[in-house]
Amino acid sequence: MANEIITVNNLVRHYGKVVAVDDVSFNVKEGELFGFLGPNGAGKSTTINVLCTLLRPTAGSASVNGYDVVKQQNAVRLSIGLIFQDPSLDIELTAYENLEFHARIYNVPSELWRPRGESLMKMVDLWDRRNDLVKTYSGGMKRRLEIARGLIHQPKVLFLDEPTIGLDPQSREHIWRYLTNLREQTGITLFLTTHYMQEAERCDRIAIIDHGKLVALDTPAGLKAMVGGDIITLHTADNEQATQQLRDIFGLEPARENGALRLEVEQGESFMPKVIQGLTVPVTSLSMHRPTLEDVFLNLTGRSIREEEASSKDTMRQWARSRGRER
Amino acid sequence: MAIESASKPEVITVAERGSELSAALNGIFTIWYRDIRRFGRDRSRMVGSLATPILFMLVFGSGLAPSMGAMGGAQGGLNYLQFMFPGIIGMTVLFTAMFSAMSLVYDREFGFMKEVLVAPVPRWTIAVGKALGTSTIAMIQGIIMLVLAPLVGVNLTVGTLVTLLPLTFVLAFSLSSLGLLISARMKSVQGFQLFMNFLTMPMFFLSGALFPLGNLPSWLTVLTRINPATYGIDAIRQVVLAETGGAALASQQLGLRVFGHLMTPWTDSLIVLAFGAVMISLAVWAFSIQE
Repeated sequence: MANEIITVNNLVRHYGKVVAVDDVSFNVKEGELFGFLGPNGAGKSTTINVLCTLLRPTAGSASVNGYDVVKQQNAVRLSIGLIFQDPSLDIELTAYENLEFHARIYNVPSELWRPRGESLMKMVDLWDRRNDLVKTYSGGMKRRLEIARGLIHQPKVLFLDEPTIGLDPQSREHIWRYLTNLREQTGITLFLTTHYMQEAERCDRIAIIDHGKLVALDTPAGLKAMVGGDIITLHTADNEQATQQLRDIFGLEPARENGALRLEVEQGESFMPKVIQGLTVPVTSLSMHRPTLEDVFLNLTGRSIREEEASSKDTMRQWARSRGRER
Repeated sequence: MAIESASKPEVITVAERGSELSAALNGIFTIWYRDIRRFGRDRSRMVGSLATPILFMLVFGSGLAPSMGAMGGAQGGLNYLQFMFPGIIGMTVLFTAMFSAMSLVYDREFGFMKEVLVAPVPRWTIAVGKALGTSTIAMIQGIIMLVLAPLVGVNLTVGTLVTLLPLTFVLAFSLSSLGLLISARMKSVQGFQLFMNFLTMPMFFLSGALFPLGNLPSWLTVLTRINPATYGIDAIRQVVLAETGGAALASQQLGLRVFGHLMTPWTDSLIVLAFGAVMISLAVWAFSIQE
């Protein structure tokens, strides 16, 4: 059995009267790619900030690499690397100087960090640009540099808070390639928060968090198995009548969603022709998909994680970033 | 895992204490070094922060000098430009120290502060490293002003420079610590600038940089004496003008007296140092608060 590298017991964190994290407990195994999935404001970043010693828990306890996040802060800090949601680079320094600052403040001797820095910078394809000021970097390059920097002191756990937020699909793909390689080569534990479903799919295990509470924790497959089969969505001329007929003929209870009816059935392929034959109400469209994490989230919380919800915030972030670059 | 962590020794050994200290010193150095590196790169900032004092001296000094006449007695007295010159060095130190603390607010706004806050160094090292970095820069800026000495007819010796370095550094450190204390609590760059202007301008005007503090109305006497910059600038003036008009500075008009006691560069610096000790302690405290 793999060792547990992160343990969280009954963690609670308040901001004044707002409860950001409400009695959360979970463990992360060494070498795992662990995902924290939930909408904005669900408590993901707060949990990470407690784990990386930036915030004190209001109640409960947590440990990283066997060290308590309140009592043994320095040992925790040496055990972790961090990629924050917003860049935390000194844009007035060069990429290499940023690495050097990190190495120095983590007390990594020069003969160790220089070769390490070189191979990490080559890994993220920034070695040729190492002497450029970071303010000339694009958002994706900054994120890659942060990954290289976060690994200079060889942490046991790398925390990534929304590592690809605000990046274009190509940069996203790059970052995932580096992370995948990194896991294969070093066996490092990755702890990431995301609200992108495709990213969550890559995780070994996912914790779904909503309103500060942990609502589910399982492998992606395990979570999807919680949904009762395939998802059928149908538009009809008369939803009331169709609902009644679905109940009577098939014994199913459809859910209403944006003017469509949503059903969970086993063997969706064979169900589809039956529903068209069985219903007297005209069916205007019919579609089926395998359960996704989106469906899981919908089932668990009654809401969907809307990617649009994030998009306005993403735009703000990008605007803030480009301003930061021009400074 | 729980058992394993419980069995870890809680007692801190001597070796660990030693490594804690070296980690702290290392943190201070790293933060200091970053500031110096950025300063070395940013020539426009260097030139920009010298422009205001030079302008002050050229316009204000040259404009007022003819009507001020000899200061501190006709025999061996000082002209106004000479009198003002050390004040302008002090002004450079004051403004650089106070406004360099703004970089901290920038760091917070642009995210770099997080990188520092999660680093394995105690929080107090961040405040101390930053204060040392800022005061080194302010000291250099102040010392650079000495190149104007021949222009205003002030004689310098090597001894002047050697004495001046620690004096300006102590002043710079005290004022930087004050600046850091304020920036530790400031959320926005705009807010910081507004507040700093509000504080720095009166500190400059009430410091004796521009006029002698000898025969002032009592309300001005009180305000100038509670201003830490007053003592720093008096110390700089006594050292810089020692060769040019040392005797004049002891006169009733030009000498800085507190409760009738004539200040020397050393008593001045003691007061600045005491103020600095209080400020850096408060700044360290402000930094150590963890949410």
